[in-house]
Amino acid sequence: MEHGSFTNDSFASFTLAEEDHTLANAVRFMLNQELVNAVFDLDLVSVYVVTNHYYLQLYSPRVTFAGYSIPHPSLECVNVRVQTTGDPAREVLKDACQELMLMNRHVRSVFDKAVSEFKVEQARLAAEEEKKKKAEEEELKKQRDLLASMDIESD
Amino acid sequence: MVTEEDKIFAKNFRIDDLSDVPAGLPRHRKLKQNRVVSKKDASVDTADAIYSGGYVSSGVDNSVKLENFYEDFKVDVISCTETDMEFDMIGIDAAFANAFRRILIAEVPSMAIEKVLIAYNTSLIVDEVLAHRIGLIPIAADPRLFEYLTENDQPNEKNTIVFKLHVKCPKGQPRLQVLTNELQWLPNGSEFLKETGGSTSTSNSKPKTYTSFSCSQDSLPEFAESPITPTYLDILIAKLSPGQEIELEAHAVKGIGKTHAKWSPVGTAWYRMLPEVVLLGEVEDEKAERLVKVCPQNVFDIEDMGNGRKRATVAQPRNCTLCKECIRDHDLVDLVDLRSVKNHFIFKIESTGSLPPDVLFTEAVKILEDKCELVIADLS
Repeated sequence: MEHGSFTNDSFASFTLAEEDHTLANAVRFMLNQELVNAVFDLDLVSVYVVTNHYYLQLYSPRVTFAGYSIPHPSLECVNVRVQTTGDPAREVLKDACQELMLMNRHVRSVFDKAVSEFKVEQARLAAEEEKKKKAEEEELKKQRDLLASMDIESD
Repeated sequence: MVTEEDKIFAKNFRIDDLSDVPAGLPRHRKLKQNRVVSKKDASVDTADAIYSGGYVSSGVDNSVKLENFYEDFKVDVISCTETDMEFDMIGIDAAFANAFRRILIAEVPSMAIEKVLIAYNTSLIVDEVLAHRIGLIPIAADPRLFEYLTENDQPNEKNTIVFKLHVKCPKGQPRLQVLTNELQWLPNGSEFLKETGGSTSTSNSKPKTYTSFSCSQDSLPEFAESPITPTYLDILIAKLSPGQEIELEAHAVKGIGKTHAKWSPVGTAWYRMLPEVVLLGEVEDEKAERLVKVCPQNVFDIEDMGNGRKRATVAQPRNCTLCKECIRDHDLVDLVDLRSVKNHFIFKIESTGSLPPDVLFTEAVKILEDKCELVIADLS
């Protein structure tokens, strides 16, 4: 649910029902990736010129404030506040969620790959161990046989 | 006197073009950015400076960009068995690690016994305590094969697992331990008859029980080969003296740890930052021996330098628990730096047996994805 203003959609609060720190903190983290420091916001251009000439290319922040709170521990909801430099807050929040989802998808694929690689490696090591054991046993048997045959000869 | 040449030079001058100006953050700022340092009385630089404008005046974009994340994120599996798993997550923020941990503990579903129908209980343990104990028994059943039992639902083969427990300690025998191996799976559902209102008209139809299974669970392909049992068959439920008896039915349903901890699919899931132990100077001879001796985790080792001289080295920094025992020493405090890497997490998952830990983690990430999707759908 969105609590915003009719005239200016660049700031709004959102109530996410049945959510807690789990989602809200991750969403806030994503929103903060687009955060512009209020001091710099006052005089964007001059600060960037002074500090860095290539900075504007890298960095186009849209968020001036992002935060969340849980109104009461017994309420199952969180309030997320988003204030932007002009874009609709709703779109910025949606983008943050979208990006969060893509990151999760990437985490999942990397994790699955790492686990399957680990399992293949474990299987290979186990097979190698088995092979080594077998070879050792055979060697032992050979020696025993050799010893036995020598005994017969001596007889 | 400023010449024309100087003016042109000044106009074109860019400090970043000089060969001896380092790009990015200087070393000491970088250390502050991505290490927590455990000092003698408190840790410093604990804050995650991950907010994109934090280093703007140094010309460094500190934000996490999707492209960078795709390149930098790494997972390193250390160990993985049927129940336990340890892996390293590198290049991710604590917000994510914590979200995964919280979801693993509280929001990944599993099966647990929710209803216990007690027909007979003469044991010392009262009914409600017995029911609570039985509820906490981990069940080795894949929760993805079941549906949630909602208030209006009839318990059926898709949402309920029924176990029977009937044990009696005969007179003249020694005391009997009732273990979880006595829980017997009933694939056809409840065997207890529901009391009907005394009408005889239904006498030829199937008698009504506490569940309404339309088919036997062991006819389903998922369970045909492997019957459902508790994960561990040696958990003590109760002790019976001679002559005592327990007869009951336990109904397991799907749920999440948020509702009750018995539905948590993990014993625990936790993470810590990778410890980094750095010797700031040469630690030699007597000091080196002291350093090795003082560390309870055997992080340090002694290196022989010849001529009877010894030097301390950091052999196993991963073992460090940041107990700070080494920096309590007045001589050593300035020589040892205990740090934690802010974006490198050692993650451990201990499964209770419903699913292997690697599957649990994948499920947890999926749940976070679903949450995002829900918010996006809600705002569209």
